[in-house]
Formats: sequence, structure tokens, C-alpha cells
Amino acid sequence: MGSMVGAAVVRKEDPALLTGRGTYVDDIRLPGTVHMVYVRSYLAHARIVSIDTSEAVAKPGVLGVWTNADLEGLPPNRSVPGMERPCLARGKVHFVGEPVAVVVAADRYAAADAAEAVLVEYEELPVMASIEAATAEGATPILDGLDSNVVLEQVLSATDAEAELAAAPHRLAIHLKNQRCAAVPMEPTVCLADWQASGLTLWATTQTPHHSRNELAAMFGLSQQEVRVVAPDVGGGFGAKASCYPEFILTAELSKRLRRPVKFVETRSENMVSMVHGRAQSHDVEVGFDDDGTLLALRVRITQDCGGWPDATGIGLPTLTSFMSGGCYKIPVIAPSFRSVVTNTTPVGSYRGAGRPEASFMIERVVDHVAAELGLDPLDVRRRNFVQPGEMPFATQFEGIVYDEADFPGALDKLLTTIDYAALRADQAARRDDPTAPLLGIGFSTFVEMGGFGPTPLFEQFGYVGGWESANIRLNTDGSAVIKVGTSPHGQGHQTAFAQIVADELSIPFDHISLVHGDTATVQEGIGTMGSRGAPVGGSAVFQAAGKVRAKALTIAAHMLEADEADLELADGRFSVKGAPDQGVTMAEVAVRSFKPHLLPDGFDLGLNETAYFEPKNLSYPSGAHCCVVEVDRDTGFVKIARYVAVDDCGTVINPLMATGQIHGGVAQGIAQALIEEVRYGDDGQPASGTLVDYTLPSAMDLPRYETDHVVTKTSFNPLGAKGLGESGATAAPQAVVNAVVDALGHLGVRDVEMPCTPQKVWRILAEKAS
Amino acid sequence: MSHHKISVTVNGATSEDEVEARLLLVHYLREVRNLTGTHVGCDTSNCGACTVMLNGQTVKSCSVLAVAADGADVLTVEGLAADGEMSPVQQGFQQCHGLQCGYCTPGMVMAATGLLLENPDPDEDEVREGIEGNLCRCTGYSMIVDSVCWAASHGGAGEVATRHAAH
Repeated sequence: MGSMVGAAVVRKEDPALLTGRGTYVDDIRLPGTVHMVYVRSYLAHARIVSIDTSEAVAKPGVLGVWTNADLEGLPPNRSVPGMERPCLARGKVHFVGEPVAVVVAADRYAAADAAEAVLVEYEELPVMASIEAATAEGATPILDGLDSNVVLEQVLSATDAEAELAAAPHRLAIHLKNQRCAAVPMEPTVCLADWQASGLTLWATTQTPHHSRNELAAMFGLSQQEVRVVAPDVGGGFGAKASCYPEFILTAELSKRLRRPVKFVETRSENMVSMVHGRAQSHDVEVGFDDDGTLLALRVRITQDCGGWPDATGIGLPTLTSFMSGGCYKIPVIAPSFRSVVTNTTPVGSYRGAGRPEASFMIERVVDHVAAELGLDPLDVRRRNFVQPGEMPFATQFEGIVYDEADFPGALDKLLTTIDYAALRADQAARRDDPTAPLLGIGFSTFVEMGGFGPTPLFEQFGYVGGWESANIRLNTDGSAVIKVGTSPHGQGHQTAFAQIVADELSIPFDHISLVHGDTATVQEGIGTMGSRGAPVGGSAVFQAAGKVRAKALTIAAHMLEADEADLELADGRFSVKGAPDQGVTMAEVAVRSFKPHLLPDGFDLGLNETAYFEPKNLSYPSGAHCCVVEVDRDTGFVKIARYVAVDDCGTVINPLMATGQIHGGVAQGIAQALIEEVRYGDDGQPASGTLVDYTLPSAMDLPRYETDHVVTKTSFNPLGAKGLGESGATAAPQAVVNAVVDALGHLGVRDVEMPCTPQKVWRILAEKAS
Repeated sequence: MSHHKISVTVNGATSEDEVEARLLLVHYLREVRNLTGTHVGCDTSNCGACTVMLNGQTVKSCSVLAVAADGADVLTVEGLAADGEMSPVQQGFQQCHGLQCGYCTPGMVMAATGLLLENPDPDEDEVREGIEGNLCRCTGYSMIVDSVCWAASHGGAGEVATRHAAH
């Protein structure tokens, strides 16, 4: 049997999902289920004067209407102490879409009718829908009890690097914006709560069922064994389903009150104002460098728009941006600091990359600015500053942030073998002289990010029990295996990838291995799927659990064969004596024997059923080199991606098919951020992108065919050598695209184009330069 | 709200149901017929997750009233397989990794099936145009395009869909 790890096997998940037999939360039917619908604020900042529910309560099919006042004692959502968000607005609304009341009715149409009949009287307050407005002189504090909208400020270095910046031969100040984006998983938030005498069961669209269980148990004063959270098939998450939402708490509370299952299904328009947004950072950067482009000092002042309520995860993201601000470069001194600002907008949390794409965009734009300033090739500046393979692991100046094994120049070299850089530059020059030809731009992104989230001391800061992950593997008597894993996939293909790992370790056929996940009643303690931790942390737990099963199976096999353990080998599903292949026992025979106490040594612990908790030594650091080639239409400003080439170093590749899928999807989201997507608000806090008509996701017509490849530098931080890959594309792509767009316009003196580089924005720049 | 009696054939099975005039076809399929394979991903008819075939044409079932489907023949993702064997399009999506979370997939598969009924041998651009009305947030579309092309060379829209369209 050849190695399964590294094989492009098709997914076990697919047949159910392809035939309409998946089980998403809204597909679950419990007898007696009633439906919850929100009454949401249509104002961005207002005091609630009164709520009249009388007409709504009288509507047919309505079981009740509740406001904050009706739910006294219901705990708020966890966040920064003193800044917790109540499940329903308490006296004041902070953003458009904030829930003010809930209606429960027999079906969702009736509930929606009744929600429309709830009359809320507001007294409008000054709206601050941007960082500028919220930090202006005399701005009204949005959070009660605070005297400012700056809710968190941190300096992450001992120095402000002013001396080094002042001493540098060259110094540039750059302002960069990482616009607010929406994750838009195709399945919005859905939950179904069933509170019985024995406790609460919540089926929810979450990436973190165990974490949600722990939170709900604490909120309701239940013991954790009384709370079961299930994440069945989940339709994408991209980080935004790692947050705990008020509807999880409210459906539980109302199920308790009504003694019936309560379901909540978010509409897309609700999702666009309710699910956490991502990014929303602006950066004021100063960089010092010498004549040959060597970076000498970097100062980054980050401002995060954290929306109407600080999100428990979101509030920690600028820390990650700060840690990664040096990218894959050796910069003698880096001085990051950040402030988080509350505004009258939807709260901001994780979105694919969560804090690292912001850093990567910043430093990769800075490098291109430095190159432009000095008239150097952007690749030369990168090469001059790379941390070299011989310097790995590389301790950054930030305590605990140590890059694992990587080859930054090697990834770039491999990238350059697939593009003819000189020919592209020649083509670019020729097109600049030909007014009928679209302009050509070439952009690079040599990036490094964080994957494999853990270890525990870091993850505790985000409110999790730990940064490890768990796996249990048991063998049935026929030698087939069941894995239970604490990660909770929502598209990543864990059923397939983890079965590949176990197939290799236990020499069991891939088809004889299944996976259980996403259910706190059946899966041992787990953490979840976020921060590119599925393969490096979850996969390593599976690998270790398989190792334990294998060790025990070996002991049994040795007993059966009356041989020394050291003399046995496992291959093709069979333990045999080295040099005497006829003497052997199959894994199935060993599995049966594991349940026969009379045929085992006295006191032998029965069964083959082993659990492992894997704590990574540190974060892993996926890296790579991407290149984007764009064509810019001179008349319309439309940017077309002519080529997108990605070379990624995620360490060990478990399944090339799925790895390619992860790169494609991440790059697609990165391209979309660079060219298309932005969550926008009017000055009055009204969302200007509140539906998929206005927040345009890219379609198949908007995205290119991607060219992908790998360099493999295994990490020593986990036994699989895998670094994670889920967020690399979204981290790498925005700056590859923007660098290309700016490069296309470079001969016009253009140094920056703000994301998203829409045709209108690019056309305006072209028109301005022409006049 | 007025109620109406409708008779709809879905995947070969006919049922008479009394529905509200405003009930959307997608909710009829999901809530009345209990066919939960067809998904809802938006409320502006942009995403296509709810795509089904109605009398041989692909439609977004969020944009059709159930009463408008009275007397119609509907094919959903649950009905595509022939005798338990996935259709070429379904197989293509598995072979070429054309899905990740699977939520857009039923609609995408139906849209691709409709495309192959109209154009059995599309090139890449025609595939991209053909599925433009269906949004996927996971794959970046390349492997979906490959999946549809795989299906085109392995039996096209498939037996059930072809029969449905001819009916």
C-alpha cells in the first residue's frame, strides 16, 4: 500500500453533499419547532424610548415577543470586561442591525410578519460611522460608562524607533487602509435550540462547538455535561463563525421558556449587518532604509475599527497584525502600536487570516514603496531583506513569535521559474508606448503568516481553554477505525485528510476509516477549526493518537506471534516478522484479539481505543511567493487578472487536491478584497452594502485560472511537518494584486491605489494623470 | 393571506398541497416537501444556491412562487442520480474537487446540469458564463469549471436531467 499522505484522493464528504443529503442546521427537523425572528434597529445610534409589542403579540401564530426588559438576568455575550454586548439592545442601539426585540411564531413567515408590527420609538444620537468621526474632538462615547471611543490602546515595543528612523538615509511615511470586508459564508448563521429537563442542545453554524458549549454552560449556570453543542455540516465560516452570536443564547433562553425547540435562520440581508465583519484597519507607517533598499526601521501605528461592540476575538486581532508587521524580512527595529475604536457599525471579528493579512499587505506595500522611491526592482529589495533559510527558526523581536523552518528566497526562486519575468517587463514597456494596448502590471507578494493556532498560552488570550487539539481513534473488531476529532470542519475536508493520516499510520484501508466531529456529546474536549490549525494541530493529534493505537496493536501482535516487538513490521494491513513474512497477523485479527482477555496477558487493558491531545510547540508560519499580472484598461480603469501564480510553503501536503482548493479559495477572497469588495457606510451609519446586490461577491466571470505550486519546508513544531494553508491565499493575494495595479500605473508617478481597486477608482487616477 | 391548492411533481413524485399565495418555491421544496438539498443563500436572487430545474429550465427557486409551479415538473439535486449512481456532473464535482463546504453545491450542480443540456460541449469561458449566476465562496471557481468540463466529457447532463428536459 502506497502512502496516503500526499495522495490526491477525492473526498469522503462529497457524495452526501452532492446529492442533497448533507445536514446543515436548517435541514434539521424537530417536532414542535417554532421560529425566532429579530426586530433590528434601522438606526445606527439611538436611544430606545419605547417598544410597543402589542400589535405583534396579537398576530396569528405568535407565541411571544421579548425585549431586553423582558429577559432580565439573561447574561450578555462575553467580551472585554465592562464592554459585554447584551443579547438585545439595552436602552440604546450602537449600529444598524442590532437586535432590539425577538418574535417567536409557529413559522418563519408569521414571525417575520409580527416582527414588522413591533413599533420602536427612538431618539437619535450623533452617528459616528468611521474612525475619524468616532475619534473627533467632542465625539460622543458610544459605550456607556466610557469617556472615549478608543477602547484599547497598546504599544508592542520598548521603542518608538524614532532614533533609528531619523538616522536612516531615507525615510518614507505611508498611509495604508485595509478596508472592511464581509466573510459571507454561503450559509448564514442558523441555530436550533432544544432545552429539555436534561439540559440544552444547540445545533449551530459554528467553527467552535466545544467553546460555544463552555460559554453557554457558564452563561446559563449549567454544568457542561448538561449542554450539547452540535455543528453538523456547516456552510463555510472563514473565521466569522468562530464568534458567539446573541441568537445562540436567545434561542436557548426562549426554548427554555417556551418548552419547545426554537430555530433561528438568518437572512442574507441580516447576515450582512449581523455577522462580524473583518479587516477594517488603517495603518500609519514610517520606514527607514538605506540606498540599496536595506530596511533599517519600521514604525506602524494601527487603528482598528472594532464596530459597535468589541468582539471577543476581534479585539485581539491587531496584536497579531503587530507581531507579523516585519513579514519575511530582517528589520533591525520594529515599533508597532495599535488602538481599537468603537464606531456605529457592525462589530468586527475574524475573517480568513484575521490580523495577518493586514500585516502582510502593509509590509509588502511598504517594500514596493521603498523600491519605487529608490528606483529599484521590487524583487531586489525583497531579496536584500529576506530572513535566510540558514537563520531559521527565526526569533522575531516579539517574545514567543519564532518563525519555524522556511525558505523565503527559495519560494521566490521557484515562482520565477514559472514566469518569464524579463519578458513580462519587456511587454510592460512596449505596452506603455502603445496607447491602444492595456497597461500591464506585475505584482509580487512574498509573505509569511501564522498557522497552526496554539499553543495554549497564546490561545488562552482569545478565551479558549487551550491551543491544543484532540483526537481519539478506536478500532472496531473488523479492523475498521473511527476517529473522533476536536476540530470542527466547515469545508476543509477533515474526513478525508485525517483518514489519510490514519491509513498510513495504522495500515488500514482509507475506505475503512470514518470521522466523527462537531458534537460535544460524542467528541472528547476539543477547540475547533480556525487559524489554519486543522492539519498542523488537529492532524498532529490524529497522528499521535494513531501512534498510540499502533503501539498497543504492536504489543498484541507480538503476543499473538510470540515474537519480539522489535522484530515486527506493519505493512499492507498486517504485522509480520521481519524476514519471515509468512508469520503475521492482520490488523483486524489484532483488533479482535484486543477484546479477548483470556487470550491476552493478565491485566491487559482491553480494546484499541486511544486519545491524544497535541499541543504544538508554537505557531507554525506558512509562507510563499505569489505573483499577479494585471491588465488595466486605459479607457475604463477595469483591472483584469491576466495571470495569478502562487507558490506556497505549507510544509507537508496531506492531500494535494484539497491543498489546491484551499489556495484557490483563499486567493479568490484576496483578489476580491483587492479589486471588488468593501463594506461601506454612509455618514449616518446606514449600510451601503447590505445585500449581495451591493456587496458584490466575485462570480466565475470575475476570477482567473490560478497556477499553483509548492515548496515544502517541513516545520519542526509538529510531528506531521504541516504548517496549515487555509489562510495563506487570502493573506498573500491582496498585495500581489494591488502591487500589480500600482506597477501598471507606476510610469505615471502613481505610488498607491487604495483597495478595492475598482474601475472607477483606477479610471479617476488615469483621467487625473492624463489631464 | 389566501391559500391555494397546488399539484407539483418533484423528482417524479406528485403531491397536492395547500400553500399560502406568498410561499416561495424554495420554501415549498424545503418545508412542505422536506427536500432540504436545495439551499437558501441570499434574499436578492444573487447567489443561486436554490437553483432547480422547472419544466426543463433552470430557475432560482427563491424567485418563483410555489403557486406558479402548480402543475409543473421540478427536478432538484436529490433527483439527479440515476439508480443510485451520481450524475456525471455530480461525479465531476467529486473528481475535480469542485466543492468544499457544499452549501452552494446543489445549486451549482443544477446550474451546471442546465448548462450542459443547452451546450453539451462548452469551453472554459462558456462554463464560467453559464455558472455566473451561482456564487461559491470556497473554491474560487477554477475547480468548479474543471468539474463541469469533466462532466461534459463523461456523459454530460446525465440521464435523469435529459429525460426531465425532454418531458
